[in-house]
Amino acid sequence: MSSEQKPFVTDDTQVQTETRDARMAGADDRFNSKLREAFGSSPFILTKFDKFMNWVRGSSMFMLQFGIACCSIEMMHTYAIKHDLDRFAAGVPRASPRQADVIIVPGTIVSKFAPRMKRVYDQMPEPKFVVGMGSCTISGGPFQEGYNVIKGAEEVIPVDIHIPGCPPRPEALIYGIAKLQERIANGESSPVTVKPYELEQFGDLERDEIVDKLAAQIDEDDLVMRYNWADSP
Amino acid sequence: MSLEEQQSDEPAELESGVSRGDELADLLGDLVVGREEHMNAPGLVIRPDEVQDALFKLRDEAGFDHLSCVTAQEYEDRYESIYHLTKFDDRTDEVSVVVPTSKDNPVSQSAEPVFRTADWHEREAYDLVGIQYEDHPDLRRILLPETWQGHPLGLDYDQDRPQIATLREHANPLEEDHRAGDSNTMYINIGPHHPATHGVLHVETVVDGEQVVDLESDIGYLHRCEEQMCQQGTYRHQIMPYPDRWDYISAGLLNEWAYARTAEDLADIEVPEYAQIIRTMSAELCRIASHMIALGTFALDVYGDFTAIFMYAMRDREIVQNILEDLTGQRMMFNYFRLGGVVWDLPEPREEFFEKIRDFLDGLPQALEEYHDMITSNEILQARTVGTGVLPPEVAKSYGATGPVARGSGIDYDLRRDDSYGYYDELDWDVVVEDGCDNFSRLLVRMREVEESAKIIQQCVDLLEDWPEDERNIQANVPRTLKPEEDTEIYRAVEGAKGELGIYIRADGTDKPARFKIRSPCFSNLQTLPEMSEGEYIPDMIASLGSLDIVLGEVDR
Repeated sequence: MSSEQKPFVTDDTQVQTETRDARMAGADDRFNSKLREAFGSSPFILTKFDKFMNWVRGSSMFMLQFGIACCSIEMMHTYAIKHDLDRFAAGVPRASPRQADVIIVPGTIVSKFAPRMKRVYDQMPEPKFVVGMGSCTISGGPFQEGYNVIKGAEEVIPVDIHIPGCPPRPEALIYGIAKLQERIANGESSPVTVKPYELEQFGDLERDEIVDKLAAQIDEDDLVMRYNWADSP
Repeated sequence: MSLEEQQSDEPAELESGVSRGDELADLLGDLVVGREEHMNAPGLVIRPDEVQDALFKLRDEAGFDHLSCVTAQEYEDRYESIYHLTKFDDRTDEVSVVVPTSKDNPVSQSAEPVFRTADWHEREAYDLVGIQYEDHPDLRRILLPETWQGHPLGLDYDQDRPQIATLREHANPLEEDHRAGDSNTMYINIGPHHPATHGVLHVETVVDGEQVVDLESDIGYLHRCEEQMCQQGTYRHQIMPYPDRWDYISAGLLNEWAYARTAEDLADIEVPEYAQIIRTMSAELCRIASHMIALGTFALDVYGDFTAIFMYAMRDREIVQNILEDLTGQRMMFNYFRLGGVVWDLPEPREEFFEKIRDFLDGLPQALEEYHDMITSNEILQARTVGTGVLPPEVAKSYGATGPVARGSGIDYDLRRDDSYGYYDELDWDVVVEDGCDNFSRLLVRMREVEESAKIIQQCVDLLEDWPEDERNIQANVPRTLKPEEDTEIYRAVEGAKGELGIYIRADGTDKPARFKIRSPCFSNLQTLPEMSEGEYIPDMIASLGSLDIVLGEVDR
């Protein structure tokens, strides 16, 4: 501000110009963001609407509060102080899948839980993204040979980012999420394909030995998941 | 010097020269059809249709009031259930009741009328091994889906067979059709994906208004075959990483100690004193980390948001995790213990490491003061926890509750003192007991245990600091391959963060265990939930669940 200016008289345009100049360079450097650069001195930017939406999506992600096993402890640390995932616009854990954009799958998935996880995933609104946290969601990890363990989350739901580790450190999780944000901003996400283990009605299953055996116990309309351990990776 | 050796492998000789096994066999008289010798206790073989008589006698006349664990296993020629009995007053007095059943008709009498805790233990035995229990109130699968084919820990199980798991709409057990208009009760699923269940627990509740009428915990959503994994690993190195993942809330070293203690006793390995002190110190650090998260999530359950207390607890945990990372190289899955000691010595420079621990211990009283200000002296929390979730001591004993849950019910039982191992004997600390029996007491026990752990760590640090440099022996000489003798059986427990964490191992002469059974404290503690919650309000049930501090990795294994 000029010191010679008379008090009580305000020149609107001058104030505006000064503020803009200050923001553009020098004094108030924190306003020199990429966005401001893109704006320049004009209040308009030219972009595609879906590109803009992708940028918005990546910059404001609601995570699902979803704890399965060991990794969820490191996930809690990532949400909590010190690591504070919220700094990266991806912090707030939502308890309901209907309010969440991203599901972090933090742990081993076993036969009994996989249908529930699929149900939770299905309840999330589109577009939705999946972060597989830890070795168990990649391949079953240390429990891969277990009789009850699904060999990776990818068998059940599509996964965008795999973060290796047992468990991954919070830094690794943050890096993975930053990568996911990058992908989202670029408009990439995993194609939704039919997974090896799908929820389907019991009546629709192929009539083999085990289906015949369970026919008396399970209702035709019940949703079931059929596991074929021998063909699993 | 080895403190582990205080529990000798031979049957305890009494003054008169009569062994404990003979004495108990005399008590049971004709009920005993054979004798076995386990490394930790005498084994009495009982006919499968006289289990209840024998257990009633042992409980009422010999005072064995704690059914610690039920191990089921399949041999080439028979099935066998082993009831590991001990006493809350005298943990070192143990007896194993062995019940063999034939292959073609594996039916054995249930112990549920004697010890309530046998309910779940026998269901698990049925689920995984395939023994049927007569008189059992509710013999269903517990860990695996109901539609599972075969019993996976049986000898002839084919793991490659396909399976089907259902996603059924759960029905109200009190009503024909829960969608009927004029009913008063409502059926609510809590979990398996729910913020208050601390993981993937599924609680099936029936509520009348706000009161819980009926409640059943449905577990098995994290059953990742820990016992099978351990049975496939060799004693020396391949098993040790798994205990870290049972109770994964940073109680890793406590769990590793359970395996280390059992295997060391089994293979007769002496641990150097220096290593014992390191073990004691690091295990207590783990206990603090574990209790911190119990505190934080309990506050989260009761207040209902990621607010200050949770963040404060996480802050203190981060410090502990940093210390443990310096020591072990890992934040959570330490894999630091080895049979016969620990894997490496304290990090250099040692002074810096000790200073880091001292700094943490110095800050702890103030941090705890903060917690007390925010939690225990807070009227809202008191209203929610004092007098709710009441668990009388007799009920707790009958369910085999241990750890802070038992100590919050006034049961003076702590394995670190009662069946001492490591370096605990030599140190000055107290067992924390509260007799309020409610959620508040259990919370208080954990908070005061943090103080006791700090005392233990302090003393260990002093000892380690003055330890002569040429006597820093971190590992005993252990053969590269361990092959304990065939048919040696042992059941040993340590005080984990949640209670008595026991392991049963049967060796078959190879370098892998023939049967590896985990007695998880949370599994027994969780069984008390219906006792604490039925007839109470739903929010109190959530508080009770939080105060039990279960971790599903250990419940389901």
